[in-house]
Amino acid sequence: MSTSSGILGFQPVVLWTDALLFVLVALALLSALRARTQAPLRAAWRKVGRRPAGMAAATVLLAFLAVGLVDSLHYRPLLSAVERVAGVGAPAGSAPAAPVVSTEVLSALDALLAPLRLRTEKTYSAPFAWTLYQRETVETADGGQVRDYPRLTYGAAHLGADVAAARGGDVALRLVSALAQAALAWLVAFLVLASLVWRGSGLRWGEVARAMLAGRTVLAWRAALVTLAVLLAVAAVCVELAPLYHVLGTDKVGQDVLYLALKSVRTALVIGTLTTLVMMPFAVALGIAAGYLGGWVDDAVQYVYTVLNAIPGVLLIAAAVLMMQVVIDTHPQWFDTAAERSDARLLALCFILGITSWTGLARLLRGETLKLRELEYVQAARAFGVRTPAILRRHILPNLMHIVLIALVMDFSGLVLAEAVLSYVGIGVDPSTISFGTMINMARAELAREPMVWWSLAAAFAFMFVLVLAANLFADVVRDAFDPRRA
Amino acid sequence: MLAYLLRRLLYAVPILIGVNLLTFVLFFVVNSPDDMARMHIGVKRATPEAIERWKAERGYDRPMFLNDAASGSARFTETIFFDKSLRMFALEFGRADDGRDIGQEIRDRMGPSLAIALPTFLLSLAVSISFALLLVFFRATYLDFWGVVLCVAMMSISSLFYIIGGQWLVSKLWALVPISGYAPGLDAARFLVLPVLISVIAGIGSSARWYRTIFLEEISKDYVRTARAKGLSELAVLFRHVLRNALIPILTGVVVVIPLLFMGSLLVESFFAIPGLGSYTIDAINAQDFAVVRAMVFIGSVLYIVGLMLTDLSYTLADPRVRLQ
Repeated sequence: MSTSSGILGFQPVVLWTDALLFVLVALALLSALRARTQAPLRAAWRKVGRRPAGMAAATVLLAFLAVGLVDSLHYRPLLSAVERVAGVGAPAGSAPAAPVVSTEVLSALDALLAPLRLRTEKTYSAPFAWTLYQRETVETADGGQVRDYPRLTYGAAHLGADVAAARGGDVALRLVSALAQAALAWLVAFLVLASLVWRGSGLRWGEVARAMLAGRTVLAWRAALVTLAVLLAVAAVCVELAPLYHVLGTDKVGQDVLYLALKSVRTALVIGTLTTLVMMPFAVALGIAAGYLGGWVDDAVQYVYTVLNAIPGVLLIAAAVLMMQVVIDTHPQWFDTAAERSDARLLALCFILGITSWTGLARLLRGETLKLRELEYVQAARAFGVRTPAILRRHILPNLMHIVLIALVMDFSGLVLAEAVLSYVGIGVDPSTISFGTMINMARAELAREPMVWWSLAAAFAFMFVLVLAANLFADVVRDAFDPRRA
Repeated sequence: MLAYLLRRLLYAVPILIGVNLLTFVLFFVVNSPDDMARMHIGVKRATPEAIERWKAERGYDRPMFLNDAASGSARFTETIFFDKSLRMFALEFGRADDGRDIGQEIRDRMGPSLAIALPTFLLSLAVSISFALLLVFFRATYLDFWGVVLCVAMMSISSLFYIIGGQWLVSKLWALVPISGYAPGLDAARFLVLPVLISVIAGIGSSARWYRTIFLEEISKDYVRTARAKGLSELAVLFRHVLRNALIPILTGVVVVIPLLFMGSLLVESFFAIPGLGSYTIDAINAQDFAVVRAMVFIGSVLYIVGLMLTDLSYTLADPRVRLQ
């Protein structure tokens, strides 16, 4: 490890959830490649692409996914010589000693957002504020003391003394420049996209581009382009303004709320996708076994899921999370860093949520398998002496995949919402993990404050709303396209 | 029908045993009582004596399944498994960490929980079904389209937002009702209006959309065309025919939660400081009071099974063709 860290300047860290998240992405890419060769699947995805809502939602989800994936590349930075000296007390530059890695685990997103992450204020400040949100005793130049709102260390610091007069103009100017950059970026994206669509279409480039803008293409490119324009505008404004102002304010310990909200995206994605991923093998195996084999296997599987169903979900989750917490707390030696510890808790939460939610999918798969096993082609395969595993793999499983896919996309939004509620109840992610739930939980205590601190809550709810709305719309479109009963 | 119910009751026994075993494994096998004691006392202060005392106070100092020290039937009864798990079948839940009797606490707290859950349940049922019928009446128009968009948007908002936003708007800004609290008797109404209202609004999105799908499936059937052909008005078709035929799928989803209303709602009760079972559970979770959580898990599963039986009974009421045997 030390050699690689010596060359790279950091030591890569792969957390469990990172690995699983990338496995999931790889699986998605593989199935996309497979889908290209199979006409029915291609037709179904084409149906998704034809719906403007589907394309727009997919664009938003891809943006969130990009943030989440960048945030999943973790590493431990090397301590610089100065920090090491402060820590160890050895003379600087005494020897080219083995590099010492920090115990702090950062992600690529942290590195990108370093200006946001490191510029913490003392405590609350409102969006675009140049002072703290509460009065403090400040020493004046002549030695006296006044109660006043102290200037922020970083927020609007570039404006100097007459900040009140200069701020409006400064923000407006930067807004215009940001929007101009966003327009430029959008134009580039449009040119690239139009060229991709144009390739092999046999039409002239101009016709293709006009058709895309007019919404006359088969796939709803216009919806995607409009969504992209909005996303780029928001992103450009943040890129332009966030290094100078706290665009969404700061929280109790002075952290930038925009940074917290962006970090929460990964937690939401992990819970929303990995939960379904970890429970899928159980649900598929047990559902198919119960439906196809019948007899005592069916009885046993049904018994297991009736028992799990009988316990109210929140209580089962609460009981399991409490127990898991005891396990984690009594085995501190398992985890090198605090990040690994909270990651273990996040993964365990996914497992627990998965265990409580696989029953629905298993029941659906069992019912569908019961239907499939009586169909002629399965009967024929049996009559020809094809072995049971081969029948399951070749004839049953492929015809159940649409149910699995629909479950995956339908569950996502519910799980993202559940995370916030569970974290509020105290059985969610580790309090040190940044998530929408922990953000809301911390901000809630300040509602009683007069005047109210609203921006943390607003940011968490707004991000969550956009993510969940996109997921819901996308899930609807996918279900319409893949569910044969809705054709 | 009585024979059927008896048989269902017998089916319930293995399920309850399963629930019981699962909770036992979760609470006593995954973690030994020693682990729990250490966690409870705090890892730093956990001396062996303190751990023993903690276990003795709560009756966790006995053997798991077999007590070799005792004789006769006491060999089986003086064990953790019998004392903490099997006793629940007799609805004896033991004491919470603060020394109070859990059974008594549950009886006291059921009232406030029901006072909030029952009106919420009835009101959301009425509102969601009416809204869904309205959307179906105007199906394939802009009203239907935007209604569904509204439903999806409302589904996408966190329930925490409804609660926090509602408290802020109604209680703080407009100062119409107290922000939280509870009073016994008729006084309670003042405290209940807001939580009930918020719960109803928070639930409309998903349930109205679900009912709409059910109604739309029903409306494409032949009997609906016949009813229209014989000259019935659209309203009569909807209320007299579609609604009644859609009852079976609706009952499947709705009746099973009726007994669970006793358990109250975790979120609403804790935000509005209502002394019901939901807030009791949340307090127990936060205080890591395992005895209370275990009791609630058991009661929850009993109520769920009761709900399943009620669902079957409700089918016979809704559809005379259904016979239970």
